[in-house]
Formats: sequence, structure tokens, C-alpha cells
Amino acid sequence: MASQGLTYALMVQGAPYSQQASHSALRFAEALPAQGHRVATVFFYHDGVYNAASMMTPPTDEPHLLERWRALHQTQQCELLVCVASAVRRGLLDHGETKRHGHPHPTLEAPFELTGLGQLMQAAHHHDRLITFAP
Amino acid sequence: MSSKSILVIVRHPPHGSSWVREGLETALVGAALGQPPTLLFSGDGVLALLAGQQRGALGQKGSAAMLEGLSLYDIEPLWYDRYSLEARGLTLDQLMSGCQPADIAGMIARHDVVMSF
Repeated sequence: MASQGLTYALMVQGAPYSQQASHSALRFAEALPAQGHRVATVFFYHDGVYNAASMMTPPTDEPHLLERWRALHQTQQCELLVCVASAVRRGLLDHGETKRHGHPHPTLEAPFELTGLGQLMQAAHHHDRLITFAP
Repeated sequence: MSSKSILVIVRHPPHGSSWVREGLETALVGAALGQPPTLLFSGDGVLALLAGQQRGALGQKGSAAMLEGLSLYDIEPLWYDRYSLEARGLTLDQLMSGCQPADIAGMIARHDVVMSF
């Protein structure tokens, strides 16, 4: 099975803690290696961009979705791409956008990256599967 | 870039959320990269195709103008699910020009990638 492993792209459109989409996407991604596959790209779009909020502070008895995404990046070397148009209008800015718009602190940090929709298209073309996780 | 075919399905109504705009933007980026996706409206998504729409109440730009410009990017026709249309008491003559009924199952089967909004 491992020799035929597939690469997956996930598109996450649901906000963390409001809807199930982020949880489902994480559980799906975390289960892939056991089947010999891996997630190569996660693309956050629509309210899914809130998954990248660097100050996310959930209660200690709830899953920490930001930490789970970071762990996924570590274990599967996947890229965590955030749609820049969806993110900036919702207040999620990396270092560069923070400076550009004159805000004091970034609200999005590595390993998350702001990118364009073209990267979603690239991921759809380059990877074996694309799965949408919508609310 | 490889030549995978992409189907974008819009399932949400045009006002009250940004789903339709974000789905259309995805389709436009596909077209800008040289591979215009197939665009299908299903469920409440068929409401986006109603002719004569104004912009919405959310301070958004509305989707009607975007839809009317898609043919410039070779995204045509605007495919719709006829059962979704009938279930909402609508007929083809109430839709904007360029709409055609689709065989949804066949359309999904023929495409390599399906993106749903």
C-alpha cells in the first residue's frame, strides 16, 4: 500500500470551533499515513482562514486546532496555505501585510503562508486528490 | 501544469453570504491559468442565475455582474440543475442568458476535480 501512496490536497472552508469542517479535515489528514498516503497541501478559504489565527486560545479541555495544524505540518511536511484575499479582509495578516497596512502585530505566522487562489489550482492539478471540507 | 478538468459547483444562494463570489473567483483563477473550469449551479445556487438582480444588503458587490462577464473568460455556459430550478418554482425564462440544464451525475463523473461552494 505504501508504495502506491497518494498525495492529498484539502480545502478547508469552515471556521474553527463554529463548525465541524476543520475537525473533520484534521482527522482525515491525520489518518492518511496509516493508509500509506499523505496530505501535501491544505488550503484555507472562506471562514476556514480563521484556522490560522496565531492567537487562537481555546479552553484547555478542547482540541487546540492551531497546534494540530502545526503538528500536521511537522509530521507530513504539508504546506498550510491561506487565501490572502479571504484572510486580510478578516483581519489575518502575516508580517508583510501587517507592515504594509500599518498594524502593530501579525495575526498569522509560519508555518501558515498567505497565498493566492492560483496555489489552490496548482494543488488541485499536482496532487492525486482534492477533498473539500465545507460547513 | 497537467490537464485535469475542474468542476466548480455553487450550492449557496447569491445573497447573505460570500459563497457565490468565492466560488466564482476560484473559477476565474482557473480560467486565468488557461483552464476554464465547468461551472454548475445546484440547490439554492440556482438562485444566483435569476435575471435582474441588484447587489445584496451586506455591502457586497453582488454576483450578477460577475456571472454576466464569465463568458469573456470562456466559462460558459452556466450549467444548472433543472430539478433544483423546478423545486423552487422557477423556469429557464427567468434566468439570465447563457444558462443550460446539466446532467449532474455525468458531469461529476467526467471531471477530475470537483470543488464545491
